Amino acid sequence: MSTIALLAITGVGLGGLYFLVAAGLALIFGLMRVLNFAHGTFLLLGGYCAWLAGAQLAGGAASVSNLQFVAMLGVALAAGAAIGALTELVLIRPLYRREVAQVLVTVGLALVVGALVIGIWGADPRTLPAPEWMHRTTRVLGAHVPNSRFVLIGAALLVLAGLQLFLRRTRYGLIVRAGVENRTMVSAMGVDVRRAFTLVFALGGAMAGLGGALAGVYFGAVSPGLGTTLLIDALIVVVIGGLGSITGAALAALAVGLLQQFANYYISGIGDLAIVSLLALVLLIRPRGMLGSPT
Amino acid sequence: MRRESPAAPGDAPGGRARRAFRRGILLVVVLALAAVPLIDVPTGGVLPDRLNAPGSLQVLGLCLVFGALAMTYDLLFGFTGLLSFGHALFFAAGAYTFAIAVTVLHLSGPAAFGLTLVFALVLPLMVGAVSLRTSGIAFAMVTLAFAQAGAVIVGQDPWHATGGELGLGMSYARLPQFLVGVVNTRYLYWIGLGLLIVVAGVIAWMRESVTGRVWQAIRENERRVQILGLRPYTFKLLAFMAASFLATMCGVAYLLLVGGTNPSIASAEFTLTLLVMVVLGGAGTRWGALIGGVLYSFLDQRLAGMAGSSLFSTLPSPLRVPLSQPLFILGLIFILVILFRPAGIASLFGSNGTSTHPLRRWRRWLGARRKHVPRPTR
Repeated sequence: MSTIALLAITGVGLGGLYFLVAAGLALIFGLMRVLNFAHGTFLLLGGYCAWLAGAQLAGGAASVSNLQFVAMLGVALAAGAAIGALTELVLIRPLYRREVAQVLVTVGLALVVGALVIGIWGADPRTLPAPEWMHRTTRVLGAHVPNSRFVLIGAALLVLAGLQLFLRRTRYGLIVRAGVENRTMVSAMGVDVRRAFTLVFALGGAMAGLGGALAGVYFGAVSPGLGTTLLIDALIVVVIGGLGSITGAALAALAVGLLQQFANYYISGIGDLAIVSLLALVLLIRPRGMLGSPT
Repeated sequence: MRRESPAAPGDAPGGRARRAFRRGILLVVVLALAAVPLIDVPTGGVLPDRLNAPGSLQVLGLCLVFGALAMTYDLLFGFTGLLSFGHALFFAAGAYTFAIAVTVLHLSGPAAFGLTLVFALVLPLMVGAVSLRTSGIAFAMVTLAFAQAGAVIVGQDPWHATGGELGLGMSYARLPQFLVGVVNTRYLYWIGLGLLIVVAGVIAWMRESVTGRVWQAIRENERRVQILGLRPYTFKLLAFMAASFLATMCGVAYLLLVGGTNPSIASAEFTLTLLVMVVLGGAGTRWGALIGGVLYSFLDQRLAGMAGSSLFSTLPSPLRVPLSQPLFILGLIFILVILFRPAGIASLFGSNGTSTHPLRRWRRWLGARRKHVPRPTR
């Protein structure tokens, strides 16, 4: 029982991490039909900015206070939002209506930033400082669950709630939702969809940046390979959930996180293979994913 | 009577003389490349050693193999319009099947090659038959999933055959003598060159064939092909198998040149690298992918070496740090090409058929500039 509880909670935590990355990807794809390969870059820079901020605040100590930790997350969030918006303005916008070129340019950006991060901060993992209590465990149903998993779950739930509020209750959320449904019609109504593009990129970047910082807490360190690893997982999550659907991404992230934890426990190292098989299965039975709209 | 390919209308007005001229140039280039291992000249730091030294020949041989590999990817992406994220799978399959056959199963060279040939036909048939049921982004994702499964199997090594993260060193005991040892790198170079010639020849022949025309028609408008009474699925599967088979052969040549395998060639990043090569050179053009592949792999191998030179260490660190990362420079060039030269590097030489002679284009551009009337300012 305790093993199952541990696997379930860590699985949900991992799902939360996947959701933070996948939500932005799904939103960007839904609105702009761009598979954003630079999303791992936003995550990577978010993680490294959190590490830089943490190193400044903690002054070399391994732990920070709660307030300082929140500040680190804030820095990651802001850095992700800034790089996301900048990417859209500088690289995506000049290639308006050339979707393949837009995908390719994000691939190029991922290469450039990945190489730059290795050049500046080296290829070794950097330990991210976190509050002391996050390294401890809590007993749930007899299982010792690391507290950082609860932080991930909480952050993912907060982001999911905030995102739904934004999409359902605000004017810009309305424009984004309408744009996902029918972009041409929204433009025809006289709404400047392109401002929504920048917004969606900033939003996705912010979530990925936050995800990067929290991934640093989850894995204990940030390293240059973090972006690509999580990007591929997140892509799989988005495709399983249905391209463009936030709810689908949330459900798929949960399923993928749980599947990975359980598969890895029962047959060591089989987790990645299990996810990939799930993806192949979903695509063959239902090519547009769980909640994707037909295109 | 040979018909002209619709992708290269630039050939049409030239006639027979022009084609003969092109063939002559091609022959001279091939002979020059074949003669490289016999020419002993210094290269001034561009290559690691003198031109015919084993180190230099390995760099050049790898460039040729990657050029060939990029051409096979272009057959899918540029000609048939299939955006696959799983091409690395077949390249890695070639390298790993041969290495495992020789090192783990202790087969002789020809037997290992035979096994690889069988695998090179069966694996693409299975993967292609399943993934081509989808199209567009979903196809890209299914192929990515298959390639990722391959990468996981290679990296985590559940059956203790692939060497996991460390890769698999090849045992040379049962290979023919001329493939063994640093002294014989020239034979490996010639194998790379031969592979490139075969791949380029096969692809050129396929492109001119009726099937090749259908591939290009599918790229342009799949539904219309269907309405004309052809099954796009069969043709796409054929393209997928041809490209994957040739990529598997490239994997064998890579293995021989490097002398071992490396799990990174199975990764999704490696497929993205192929995409960069093809787009950099010019997707769907006659020589674009080859140029892109050769250029990319050359810079990737040599930029780091050149960055270590004395000229570099004098630069201030904000310049030196990014410039010492080959992928930074390559990524930057890639972005600039997409933004400003969407047809790739090949379009600079006017070889992609759609454009005319570069000088004429330049003159036209100048003419356009002269006639340009400034807009009234608000």
